[in-house]
Amino acid sequence: MAMEKSIELINKRIREGNARVVTAEEMPGVVAELGEEGAFAEVDVVTTGTFGAMCSTGAFLNFGHSDPPIRMSQVFLNDVEAYGGVAAVDAYIGATQQSTTRGMEYGGAHVLEDFVAGKRVELRALSPGTDCYPRRELTTELILDDLNQAIMVNPRNAYQRYNAATNSTDRTLLTYMGMLLPSFGNITYSGAGVLSPISNDPSFHVIGSGVPIFLAGAPGMIIGEGTQHSPGKGFGTLMVTADMKEMSQEYLRAATMTGYGVTMYIGVGVPLPVIDLGVVRSTAVRDEDIRVNVIDYGIPSRDRPALREVSYADLKSGSIEIRGEVVKTSSLSSYRRARGVALELKRWVESGKMTLSLPTRRIDATKLVRPMRETARVPRVQDIMDRNIYSVSDGDELKEAAKRLLKGDTNHLVVLDKEGKLVGIITTYDLSKAIARPGRAKKVRDIMTTRVITTNPDEHVDIVARKLEHYNVSALPVVDPDEKVLGMLTAIDLGKLFGGRWLK
Amino acid sequence: MKLLVTFSRRKGYEPIIAKAVKETGVLIRVDRAHIDSSGGEVLIDVPEESCRLVSEKMGSLGATVKILEHPVVRDEDECVDCGACISICPREVFTFDGEWRLAMEVEKCVLCGKCIDACPHDALSQQVPG
Repeated sequence: MAMEKSIELINKRIREGNARVVTAEEMPGVVAELGEEGAFAEVDVVTTGTFGAMCSTGAFLNFGHSDPPIRMSQVFLNDVEAYGGVAAVDAYIGATQQSTTRGMEYGGAHVLEDFVAGKRVELRALSPGTDCYPRRELTTELILDDLNQAIMVNPRNAYQRYNAATNSTDRTLLTYMGMLLPSFGNITYSGAGVLSPISNDPSFHVIGSGVPIFLAGAPGMIIGEGTQHSPGKGFGTLMVTADMKEMSQEYLRAATMTGYGVTMYIGVGVPLPVIDLGVVRSTAVRDEDIRVNVIDYGIPSRDRPALREVSYADLKSGSIEIRGEVVKTSSLSSYRRARGVALELKRWVESGKMTLSLPTRRIDATKLVRPMRETARVPRVQDIMDRNIYSVSDGDELKEAAKRLLKGDTNHLVVLDKEGKLVGIITTYDLSKAIARPGRAKKVRDIMTTRVITTNPDEHVDIVARKLEHYNVSALPVVDPDEKVLGMLTAIDLGKLFGGRWLK
Repeated sequence: MKLLVTFSRRKGYEPIIAKAVKETGVLIRVDRAHIDSSGGEVLIDVPEESCRLVSEKMGSLGATVKILEHPVVRDEDECVDCGACISICPREVFTFDGEWRLAMEVEKCVLCGKCIDACPHDALSQQVPG
């Protein structure tokens, strides 16, 4: 038996209405039952699907010319700014752009959803005026049908897989991975696992430029690799396009990640033609085989530490173990709707609505994403900290603390134990309070703050500024990994650096 | 069944809950309590058959009692069954059914409101006691 099937044969079967189509969720079972060769003979097309938050989404819009005509330089849709630097009456609206009047409760994603839902959207445009385009201002209300084109072009969709998120710190973090509860209180994840398009073709054998897809309910197309495409490490992405006029609100939902911002939930599915045994093998992938790291978002750095590796099967089970504790998991993407995408695509292919194509241009399956090259040196704590250390020990009398504050001309004293380790901090305010309201407090240890927020010499100044603001403190002891105090960083040090930007 | 009990500061000094337990013999579980200088708001859980008895007793002690039949409400048009609420909830109100549809056991809800903040689709809301 020939272990290759031409795309022409598959398309002939689709046109005749007798192509055999299964979803990527059903395929592992088919392969387990019939074997690879049996599955090859049985299945013509495997449909995939994913439905989740894809921030890198947007659309090119053409509004037509007004009379008198305008060359729009600033474009707002329901008060959400669109990029107007593309010709006179074209604009690109990005999903994450926030409203100038409503903040993160309404953004570009909502404008896109409102258009697809058939709602009216207000267009406001400004221009300096030219000889050929004299008009300087314009306001009108439009529905999707009024636009000449509304072409969705998403720079980065359908991530192959995505690392799960958790939080080691003592406060709730509001991130693009949703709400992360303190002390490893929960884990969030994203992606459809077994149904994920690229996870079913990680070598980009049949996924490539020109391949027809399902995008938010419309028949669309893969343009090529997506931005930040990094398939060499299992994080491939796709750039995709489709006509918004054919989209359905069911597969296009604006959302707001609380405390983070606006994003777009979107359904993407790729039908994979079973042209050879390679496609059979790659589509036999199961949730158990697709592994990701659990990342600690409590570390405010690009290279956040991985706590452990898990599979999508582990994540979908509802809980996983982190450091001996059972932690609940939450999906941010919808598996139910991912399945809906794969099933809808299956109907399209079975009914002959969509025939398939092989890539007209291959996507690189080995590429790796690079971090940003930064040419300006970012200031760190060690560049601005005060290296004079003013300290007391916890058994000292309050009077001794007062003397040292005066001597050091400072407002903060670190409290050290006999080994020189940091055990607390006291401020002029603590001392004033103890004197104004005399009570039992006699020693430094009676009034010191023991839960000290610290920094380290390598910390980025922007992170320190967030710490000062969040904990409402005015100074942070700078410590080494052994809790030995190296200096002090105050809001005043930061203020000098930023010309007062951080001082409220 | 969840009851939301509110009382003024004056009544706040009275042991309303203790009195209600003592006089009705019904075991009341306190889910949440918020009491400040102006008054108090306490969420209690009582067996369904004793709901009326407890409400009337607390009412006679000067508290206002409202039955919360749907402490958290889901807008099915907005919900996409993502499950962002599942791990946020301290009481396991939310689960997936066999079809990856979001299922809710609202009787477990203690009105902490975390799911309402965490929902990316603004699909959850708290019932305003009417």
